[in-house]
Amino acid sequence: MTEKSKRMTYLDALGLAQREELEGRDDTIIIGEDIALYAAGGAYGDIHPSRIRSAPISECGFAGMAVGAAITGLRPIVDLTIANFIYLAADPIINQAARLRYMTGGQFKVPVTYRASMWHGQANAAQHSDRPYPMFMNIPGLKIVCPATPEDAKGLLKAAIRDDDPVIVFEDNDLWGKKGDVPLDTEFVVPIGKAKTHRAGSDVSIISISGCLRHALKAADALATEGIHADVIDLRTLLPLDNDAILGTLARTGRVVIVDPAHRTMGAAAEIAAIIVEDGFDMLRKPVKRVVTPDVPIPFSPPMEAPLYPNPEKIAAAVRELM
Amino acid sequence: MQNDVQSEAYLRMLKIRGFEQAVTRLVTEGEVPGAVHTSIGQEAAIVGACMALKLDDYISGTHRSHGHPIGKGADLKPLMAEILGKATGICKGRGGSMHFTDKSVGSIGESAIVGGGIPIATGAALTAQVRNSGQVALTFFGDGASNEGVLAECLNMAAVWKLPIIFFCENNGYAAVTSAAASHGQPDIAKRGEGYGVPGVIVDGQDFAAVHAVTEAAVARARRGDGPTLIEAKTYRFDEHCVGLFIKGGYRPAEEIDHFRNERDPVTLLRNSLLADGMSERAVVEIEAQAAGLIEEAVAFAKESPFPDPQEAFELVHANPIPIRR
Repeated sequence: MTEKSKRMTYLDALGLAQREELEGRDDTIIIGEDIALYAAGGAYGDIHPSRIRSAPISECGFAGMAVGAAITGLRPIVDLTIANFIYLAADPIINQAARLRYMTGGQFKVPVTYRASMWHGQANAAQHSDRPYPMFMNIPGLKIVCPATPEDAKGLLKAAIRDDDPVIVFEDNDLWGKKGDVPLDTEFVVPIGKAKTHRAGSDVSIISISGCLRHALKAADALATEGIHADVIDLRTLLPLDNDAILGTLARTGRVVIVDPAHRTMGAAAEIAAIIVEDGFDMLRKPVKRVVTPDVPIPFSPPMEAPLYPNPEKIAAAVRELM
Repeated sequence: MQNDVQSEAYLRMLKIRGFEQAVTRLVTEGEVPGAVHTSIGQEAAIVGACMALKLDDYISGTHRSHGHPIGKGADLKPLMAEILGKATGICKGRGGSMHFTDKSVGSIGESAIVGGGIPIATGAALTAQVRNSGQVALTFFGDGASNEGVLAECLNMAAVWKLPIIFFCENNGYAAVTSAAASHGQPDIAKRGEGYGVPGVIVDGQDFAAVHAVTEAAVARARRGDGPTLIEAKTYRFDEHCVGLFIKGGYRPAEEIDHFRNERDPVTLLRNSLLADGMSERAVVEIEAQAAGLIEEAVAFAKESPFPDPQEAFELVHANPIPIRR
């Protein structure tokens, strides 16, 4: 009997997804800096030289070329490495990829995947430590996923590559080395737009984004010893948000803590809180709490940087305030 | 040059000229929402380039977006309907004057982001190369866009990968109202190719035959797998940057405008050339009548067409739709 799943890191799961899609379809191409020799999820060397494009340092250029390639029949994966570099590619992603289908009256589909790895908590300072997804959540036409486990990393990246719309995959670099069981089925995908409940509880909801899931689960363990049972859900997809899951967990508990590694002002947590207040106000037993990163550029020095992000202690403290 | 190529070129140039004159009239009649930019005066550069391409070759363009798809052979009716914001418009009322796109003739997106179409066409050339389809891509951009960094990035990548693409600069001398002299360290955009290993060619953009010949050579080079060419057509826009825009102080000398209108009108130059090559006055007038008829038809079609249902604003956002909160 062949193995159905294998324990591997989040990074290896991303690499597996990419490699399976590349091997499975000859319209899939990868474009990015250094990808032939050194890349997130595995380098490709000389295999498929036509479809593996190690680009010069030209983020705006190749992010835009991917749009042109996508509307003419390919399925490009653009590896933008550090998430901050997505700002250099913002014009083609926002003005072209997100809008071309709409602006041309549906003449094209734009099946392009942008990979951006959020490095943070690693003393890389403000130009290498952003979690930029909230800005892109304000752009109609995009889809945005944020996998938090190796299984979801494989399934969501595959879903993104197979989707006929532009999808940004924000990877949490803090998770790259974390292991989990990953299905080996080449047809395994995680549907875009569906949150996942990781722990059932009736006292409080912890709604988590990206790598904060593991902090949320640790906090839930600690709270359980105090007799507080948390419902922990990982949103997995940020555009579209899974409103049913958000309102569903609220209905179960009446108390919500949102854990979002992005900055406070206009972060993803702000939109989730707004959905709860607009559509679930009557179910709320206490005000919504946010555990987020304060509005400061990320500093270099580790003792300054580390306390800024959500962690299990902050999450547990926020929950206790609601009880 | 074959007479039938010249006749077809004359028809296409008249279609662009007449279409834009009709649109200008419709603007003054209050029928056109949004901004309109015409390429009157630049028709030989556009048609000379487009007629060097096959129907399934790709083009991308600019906010001055009408001429390119027309030059590539697009049906005028859905284009005119788009200008008026009608449901029958080529982009179903979601694009308007600055964003003509007609997939059926290889037009993959005009862009109101200056330089925005350059990487799009370069990506289409990448598709052609990956698929070994034999197609080429051509991107139209202006002298203003030549100062956008994305041109440098794409010239370089196209050179490294020998992509089948033509970078076609319609240098009309003015980026909106700023002169090329005031915004370029040296005046010849074609020279920028050399720094990236891309041959640069300067051509008289008012001369259809000259533009057609240099573009044909660039297309042949691209199809052979020898990579990109940068063509700079020196041309001129007769009208304002934008219909209805009047700039006090005159950023363009009146004599310069008069010179181009009177001596360097590409439509008149091609007409004279057709007659000199032996075409009868009657045959020329027949082409002119044909163009006029097509434009009249397009205007009537656009005016008679319905506006879109406002609810349609929520459609076509995604190919695989997602819930949209209202």
